[in-house]
Amino acid sequence: MQPVKLFSKGIVTGFRRGLRNQTVTTSLVKIEGVESKADVDFYLGKRVAYIYRAQKKRKNKITKRETKLRVIWGKVRRAHGSSGAVRCAFRTNLPPKAIGATVRVMMYPSRV
Amino acid sequence: CKQQHDQAVVSTQSGHYGRDPTEDVKRPLTNRRKVKPTKLRSSIKPGTVLILLAGAHRGKRVIFLKQLPSGLLLVTGPYKINGVPLRRVDQAYVIATSTVVEIPAIANDKLTDAMFKRKAKPTKNEREMFIENTSEEPKISAERIALQKEVDAVVVPAVKKVEMLPSYLRSKFTLTKGQFPHQLKF
Repeated sequence: MQPVKLFSKGIVTGFRRGLRNQTVTTSLVKIEGVESKADVDFYLGKRVAYIYRAQKKRKNKITKRETKLRVIWGKVRRAHGSSGAVRCAFRTNLPPKAIGATVRVMMYPSRV
Repeated sequence: CKQQHDQAVVSTQSGHYGRDPTEDVKRPLTNRRKVKPTKLRSSIKPGTVLILLAGAHRGKRVIFLKQLPSGLLLVTGPYKINGVPLRRVDQAYVIATSTVVEIPAIANDKLTDAMFKRKAKPTKNEREMFIENTSEEPKISAERIALQKEVDAVVVPAVKKVEMLPSYLRSKFTLTKGQFPHQLKF
């Protein structure tokens, strides 16, 4: 069965911050192809997944499979600036190693 | 404090004069809320082709039949075309395309939420007593299969009337390189 791609790629650019302090509860994400604040409207509220690998295998509660892949789920909260960046909040804060890492911006919950 | 708001203080005595507050009784407020199904998006009409965004059938294009009283959407592949049976789907996990197929209204009393209710698993004691019964139940009940055939007998001819629609429903939706959902018109 051919896999389908139903998400947009995003890069975590960092945490919300002023020059000398940062708020780790909010991550900034740059979504591929989104260049202006008007484009961000589609992505508001969409779920975001930060997927990473671990050393030990764990059983995924939904697929019931043993896997080394783990997820941190979050959602797009609002636009950040006028060039298409976006503020996201995750269920648990992203680890610092996620900065520069890829994140999946899903197409659900859909409003189309 | 939640307790204070959810209760009304009702006097057990008539009249205001000589009323003894220690005789008052606390009763919960009457709940007048009527549960309505989720508001259906204006882009979703019976016969609309929907794209499923998550779940086992993600990416598949299916036909919307109707909204069930629980708020979930009832869809069908049709099964012969893309392997999606009569299924319930949440509106939030679906993209409505602008393609609408003309389907005659399906007035079938059996198409409700009750049809999808799962059979209760036998409890441990029951299992020990009736070990022979557990492997007898087939995975998909004969009723479901019959209902599927009934519904598809109406939907499939309507789909075949439209040029290329059966192969469109057989194909899956996917984002390719350079395609961004906010730029797509569905």
